[in-house]
Order: sequence, then structure tokens, then C-alpha cells
Amino acid sequence: MSIAQILPVLAASMGAATPLLLAGLGELVAERSGVINLGVEGMMLIGAIAGFACAVDSGLGAWAGLGAGAVAGAIASLFFAIPALSLSANQSACGLALTIFGVGLSAFIGQNYVSYSLPGMQPWPVPGLASIPWIGPVLFNQAPVVYVALALFAVTWWILARTRVGLVLRAVGESPDSAHAIGYPVLLIRYGAVMFGGAMAGLGGAYLSTVYTPLWVQNMTAGRGWIAIALVVFASWKPGRLLIGAFLFGGVTILQFHAQTLGITVPIQLLAALPYLATVVVLVVISRDKRLVQLNLPASLGKPFLPN
Amino acid sequence: MHLLEPRAQSSRKMRWLAPVYAILLTLITGALLFTALHKNPFHALYMFFIAPLTTSYGWSELLVKASPQILIAQGLAVGFRARVYNIGAEGQLIMGAIFGGGVAIMTDGSTSHWILPMMVIAGAVGGALWGALAAWLKTQFNAEETLTTLMLTYIATLLMAYMVNGPWRDPSGQNFPQSIMFSDTATFPILLEGSRVNVSVFITLAVVVVFWVFISKSFLAYQIEVSGQAPAAARYAGFSQKKSIWLGLCLSGLTAGLAGVGEVAGPVGQLNLNISPGYGFSAIIVAWLGRLHPVGMVLAGFLMALIYLGGEAAQVSLQLPSAMTGLFQGMLLIFLLAADAFINNRFRRRKRAARFA
Repeated sequence: MSIAQILPVLAASMGAATPLLLAGLGELVAERSGVINLGVEGMMLIGAIAGFACAVDSGLGAWAGLGAGAVAGAIASLFFAIPALSLSANQSACGLALTIFGVGLSAFIGQNYVSYSLPGMQPWPVPGLASIPWIGPVLFNQAPVVYVALALFAVTWWILARTRVGLVLRAVGESPDSAHAIGYPVLLIRYGAVMFGGAMAGLGGAYLSTVYTPLWVQNMTAGRGWIAIALVVFASWKPGRLLIGAFLFGGVTILQFHAQTLGITVPIQLLAALPYLATVVVLVVISRDKRLVQLNLPASLGKPFLPN
Repeated sequence: MHLLEPRAQSSRKMRWLAPVYAILLTLITGALLFTALHKNPFHALYMFFIAPLTTSYGWSELLVKASPQILIAQGLAVGFRARVYNIGAEGQLIMGAIFGGGVAIMTDGSTSHWILPMMVIAGAVGGALWGALAAWLKTQFNAEETLTTLMLTYIATLLMAYMVNGPWRDPSGQNFPQSIMFSDTATFPILLEGSRVNVSVFITLAVVVVFWVFISKSFLAYQIEVSGQAPAAARYAGFSQKKSIWLGLCLSGLTAGLAGVGEVAGPVGQLNLNISPGYGFSAIIVAWLGRLHPVGMVLAGFLMALIYLGGEAAQVSLQLPSAMTGLFQGMLLIFLLAADAFINNRFRRRKRAARFA
């Protein structure tokens, strides 16, 4: 195994990590506001088909598709947010319903797009930086949307950690009653966080269908939405760790495609199970320290807010 | 923004009316959807929900599709009562199919009457083991069962794909990912001539009766429920939450495994990648819609089976993709959850004081 063999694997991992990073970041923001939305898989699928359909029908290409995916994801999140927030319904069940709905809706719309394919998006080497040995080809020769995802990550992190908006959002997730008492519109803020989560999941889904594998396949997210939710736990609700987690999982996903060149001979289906297996292992390792989880868990996560 | 305020007392009436409202809202939204697709809504709803039931074959198919969902929902309800959210029944179903189907494949050629009972037991064990794995991860390592059961579903699916592509692939199956067809010894006898209804419906029936007795009569079921609603009180009374996690996940795994055997030794007749159209997931809706009550879940199971049947009919008679099924299921669950909010809450009355504030 030489550097020449490993570099393409690392570079591909960046691409595979992007949908997980986007969807995971959106879910992280929603959870920081105290709302757990298990509908990520459904929102990703809706974003994937909306993005693909837009890119095919409008002829405007992948960028239009990405925008459409984000919008569709945000709208889809309302399907969760209205019962879960305004009607205080069980959040886990609402999220699950959104996923079931999203699987159905995307397959329904997607039926007409099965045989289409898109040109995708050429990698754009960052001038100068791309020629750095080793690091350049891995980090700076990616599809432009990968850089956009990293930029979104940086901005979200900064807003969450350093700005007043982030502070209020976190306060709502820790103690909605106090936030309400001071006069912050708890539900409105939670709606915003959930819709941001939906937009990010939709963007992640559209990335899959318009850039990563530019075609539509039923259920093409293949559990990435659920892995993104697990990543938020892995990250213990901290964006920096989410980035690391997304790249680890991107790497695991990519491993199966490069297994042969790396000299691993295991049946393909068992290799494909690796990301899911890794998710279980990671959940176990992280969750076993109950104190650590409790310490970082947003205090009101999953609890509906109904002011008296 | 705040639409609701808590009721002084939760409404018993609303608890049973909520499913009715949810079904009505689903039908109305469905009609709007059909209109948007340029189909006459009345005709479309008729073709979707009623036309499939105008033939006796339709009724038999309803039973074939309802049985596995009712079976799985019974087990899921035990966990849900304890607030153990197993959402990976689909994976437990597949493991049941692999274990049960494995017996059929390995004993192929034998005509022993013990093969079918052995398959049923193996399937139950396979499903229960897959559930137990999640229970172990939860009790030992605190890993959230919603996520682990789902990840285990993907792993089970890939394991099935490996088996039917590898060691258990039918050598004369033209390279399709499927096992040999099971012999008559390894399939449930057909109950009604000309239909696919088979003896496995009696397994469902037996499980419904057992769970009904279990839930209404046993102290254990009461303890499980308390541990879900008031973990501290349950612990004080000497019943640990761990026990209900084990029970909830193992029992729901067991019934899902039974459903898996029911499919591969019934309508499907072999192992392949399409043994279930998502019964493990729709059973979650069945459990909720049936109010976690054994008989309620039977009714809900038939409704969900009708949605599957309608989805197939929509494909043939309305030229709409069968994915309509998932749309209707998702809508039904969302509307049900929304309607359920009115069990413990009511619409907020506009406060006079607030207007002048």
C-alpha cells in the first residue's frame, strides 16, 4: 500500500463526507435548539429528487438542483415541525413519519426520472493550493460544492459559538422556559432551526443526486440520514467533532470501493455493511460514558414546549 | 404560534376519535393529491380503497398483507408501552427470514413434518436475537435503540444480499440474487383454494390472543407500562427499566422474525431481496393507529393492508406509481400524531387580557 494508492481514497472520502457533513450540521443545529428530528433520511430523499428533477427539467445544471434541494428540504421539514412544534406531538414519531413520507414521495416523483443522468460537476482545483504535495490533491481538488459545504460548516460553527443568534438558539435548547420568560419566541426560533436542518439535509440529498452520483435511484441516500443523526451524538453536539466524524464515515464508505486495490478480499455486501457497523460501534463507544453524554446533551432535547 | 393549552383531564373520547380524524384527513389530502394529478378524486379514491375489495381475491390478499403487519405490531406495542422505540422491525423480519429460510435450504429434499415447525422456531429465534442485540447495546452501553435497530436493519439487508448472492444462491437461478424455491414440506399449506392465504394466519391469530391476555391480565405487562411512564416509580417498586428494554426488544424481534418466516415460507416461497415491502416500518403505524391495543391493531393492520393493496391497484388502474403507498402511510401517521395532540390538549382560547396587554 503506497501513498499513491491512499491519496485517491482520502480525496474520495471528502466527497463521501459532504452529504453527511451537511445533513449532520443541520440536525446538530436543530438539536441544539432542543428539537430532535428523525426525519433526516426523508428530507434528504426529498431534496435528492427535487434537486435532480430541477436540474434535469430546468437545464440549469447542478447548482440550480442544489438550490432546489435545499428549498424542498426546508419545506419538507414543516411536515415535521407543524405537528411536533405547534401541536407538541411526539418528536421521534413525527420524524419517523416524515421519513416514511419522504421515502414514498421521492419514489413517487422519481418514477419519471429513473433513466435520466446528469453531467455532474467537474472538480475545481484551488489555484496554488492544489499543487501542495499530498494535501493538495486531497483537500483542494474537489467539486466546488465541497468547498461550499466547508464554508457553510465554518459559518454555522461561528454563528452557533460566537454570535448572539447562536447564544439564543442554545438557550432555547437548554431552557425554553427561561428563554420564553425573557421574551424570546421559543417556537419561532425552533421553527427556524428545524427548517435550517431541513435545508441542509435537502442540500445533502441534492448533492448526492446531482454531483456525487448524478442520477436518481430509489432510496439512494441508503441510510445516510440516519448516520448523520448518529454523527450528532458522536459529535456530542459540537460542530468540530462533527466534521471529524463526517470524514471518518466518508472514509469508511469509500473503503468498500477501493478494497480491491488495497488488497482486501471480502464479499462486497459485507464491505457495504461497514458504515452501518461503524455507526453502531461509534454509538456504543460514545454512549457508554453516560456522564459525557449528559454533560453535552441539550437539556430540553425532545421535550415539547407548551407555555402556560 | 401557541395553538394549544393543556386539558384539565385527558380526553378518552379523543383517544379513539383521533384515528378517525386522521383517516378522514388522509382521505381528503389524498383526494386533493389525485385532483392535482388530473384524476377524478372520487373515482381515484374508489379505485384505491374500494375496488380492490370488490373481489374475493382482493379480500384474501388483504388478509395476506394484514397478517404480518398485525403480527409485528403486537410485539412492537409491548416495547412502545415501555417507551422502547424499536424502529428496526424490518431488520428483525429479515433475520427471521434468513434463519427460518436457512432451515428450509439446508434440509431441502427431506420430507420430514418437523421442517416447518423448525423453520418457525428458527425464524422466531433469529428475529429475537436481532432485537436482543439492540437490547444488549442499550442496557450495557446506553446506545440509543432508535438508531441501533435501524443500523441493524441495513446490516440485515446486506447480510441477506450476501447470502442470496453467495452461499445460498440458487445454482439454477440464472444468477438472480435468490435462493432455491422451498419445497412443499417447507412452505405453509394454503388455506383457501386459489388464494395466497396460508396457515401462518393462525400464528398471527394466536399471537393476538396471547398478547391480549398478556396485556389485560398480567402483572408483568403492568410493570412494563409503569417503567415506561414513571421509571423512578418502577425502580422503587423493584422493576428495572432494563427488564422492559430486554422484553420489549426481544418480543418485538420475535414477532417480526415470525412474520419473516411467514413471508418466505408463504407468499414468497424463497429467500430474495424483496421479501417485505416494508412491513416492519408500516407495523409501527399499525401499532400507533391501533392505540397499542391488540384488537385495535388488528383493525389498523387491515387498514394498512388496504393501503398496500390500493397502491398496487393504483399502479394498474390509475397508472400511478405504487409508491403512493408510502405517501398515504406517511400522511396517515402525521395526521394521527397531530390529532393525538388533542387527547391531552385543546385549542387555546383567546385570552381577553392578552389582547390589551
